[in-house]
Amino acid sequence: MSENTPEYSVSEIAGAVKRTVEAAFGQVRVRGELSQFRRQTSGHWYGRLKDERAVLELAMWKGVAAGLSFRPEDGMEVIATGRLTTYPGGSRYQLIIDRLEPAGVGALLAQIEARRLKLQAEGLFDPARKKPLPWLPGVIGVVTSPTGAVIRDILHRLGDRFPRHVLVWPVAVQGEASAGQVAAAIAGFNAIAPGGPIARPDLIIVARGGGSIEDLAAFNEEIVVRAAAASRIPLISAVGHETDTTLIDYAADWRAPTPTAAAERAVPVRAELAANLAMLHGRLDAAIVRGWKLRRERGLALARRLPQPRNLIGLAGQRVDDLSERLPTALSARLARVDLRVTNAAGRLRPALLQARLDRSVERLAGSAARLAPALARPLNSDAQKLARTGAALRPFLIEQRLASAAGRLEQAGRMLDTLGPRQVLARGYAIVTGPDGHVIASATAAAAQARLTIRFGDGETPVYTSPPAKPVQGSLF
Amino acid sequence: MTTDPATELSFEEALKRLEEIVRALETGERSLDESINLYEEGQRLKSLCEARLADARQRIELIQQNAAGEPVATRPLDAQ
Repeated sequence: MSENTPEYSVSEIAGAVKRTVEAAFGQVRVRGELSQFRRQTSGHWYGRLKDERAVLELAMWKGVAAGLSFRPEDGMEVIATGRLTTYPGGSRYQLIIDRLEPAGVGALLAQIEARRLKLQAEGLFDPARKKPLPWLPGVIGVVTSPTGAVIRDILHRLGDRFPRHVLVWPVAVQGEASAGQVAAAIAGFNAIAPGGPIARPDLIIVARGGGSIEDLAAFNEEIVVRAAAASRIPLISAVGHETDTTLIDYAADWRAPTPTAAAERAVPVRAELAANLAMLHGRLDAAIVRGWKLRRERGLALARRLPQPRNLIGLAGQRVDDLSERLPTALSARLARVDLRVTNAAGRLRPALLQARLDRSVERLAGSAARLAPALARPLNSDAQKLARTGAALRPFLIEQRLASAAGRLEQAGRMLDTLGPRQVLARGYAIVTGPDGHVIASATAAAAQARLTIRFGDGETPVYTSPPAKPVQGSLF
Repeated sequence: MTTDPATELSFEEALKRLEEIVRALETGERSLDESINLYEEGQRLKSLCEARLADARQRIELIQQNAAGEPVATRPLDAQ
């Protein structure tokens, strides 16, 4: 080897390599599989890009990372755009990433699909978890960007259909911060207590306009999907266009193809409800009126079947007329018949017949009279004999004897009465004392209570006055 | 009737009940008393639904958060 070969210091050669590499590879696109790609606390990302045979070191400063439309994961096929440089302190070269993108939509879709299967296995998308949407929510929470077409479309459509109270939770719908904000907004709406200063929504709409799969990346994030699945408030997802499907759609209670469709699903059309109500009201009135009419007709039909009072009277009147017309005729006919019978009878009435019957009666009377006297005399005689016999049997002294005995007993009783009567007793010196009311006074106590008494002797009465005993004089105590 | 259970009904329930009542009256199989009661209930339900429909004001508010990201207030939002 020639000693003429110039000699470099380590730094010189490192610098020379650095200049050469940077000059030759100032802007390259490298395709490979991410490996050990990690975000450091500084916010910068470091890792490797590899293929079957080689490895390339990667560095991505945090400013670039913030603009990523997807979440880099190990094993993902990506295309990194940037410049190659060397790291003189470690004898290494590396790719400083200016832009990182999945290697085609397929790579990103594969990542999303893998995540979907994982969350599905956890049961986050079970139909049993789906909550019914309220028919007419009073308060609607919308998680979206507060500016732009999406919120405007939703509010316009809600206003057209059924104006409601809408709470907009502003979030970034794109970029690194988006997923975290959307998840926090869903959880935040759920955390609002009913009856507090901020109304708790009855329904949540998570919305974003259309975009590339990278633009919609936040709505494929696990944190967002989990927040939607955990929401106790029914949730409608409306992310992207009809053909875009994000993972939040699987976790939502209803997936709207567009934000406008979400608003349509959220509330019924007020005008239609009003029309329906008016129609029902009309039917209600018509039904009740028809009911009345039906009943009235039924009543009238029954009334028609009732005989008319006028007809009833008319018929009776007719019969009366008829009968009264027939009455004189009937009477005269009957008279004529009676007259005929009288005439007939009179024709058969002859004095000779009467005389013959009279004669026969007289004869029978005479016969009876002749038999009457002897028949009467016989029982009379018999009664007279019986009377005489009874009279002889009567003896008056029997009665006289009983009368004398009764008089004796009466006299004896009278004497007994005198002996026992008060008059005799009074004659023997006893007296009867009576009070002013004429009642007998039978004790000294009763007599003392009376001021005046009457004493009855055998020959008459005399009044006496009882004087109260003189009261002893009460001596003074002083 | 001082306590009207109809006031507890949601619009949807009230409308459903009103539909039932209208159908029941339209068959004409109810007694007169029953019909009158149903009609009165229908009128009440209709008034209830109308009141709910009348309560349709658009109010749009933006959630305002504190540093911890918690909602603390709202302010009107003009998204026009």
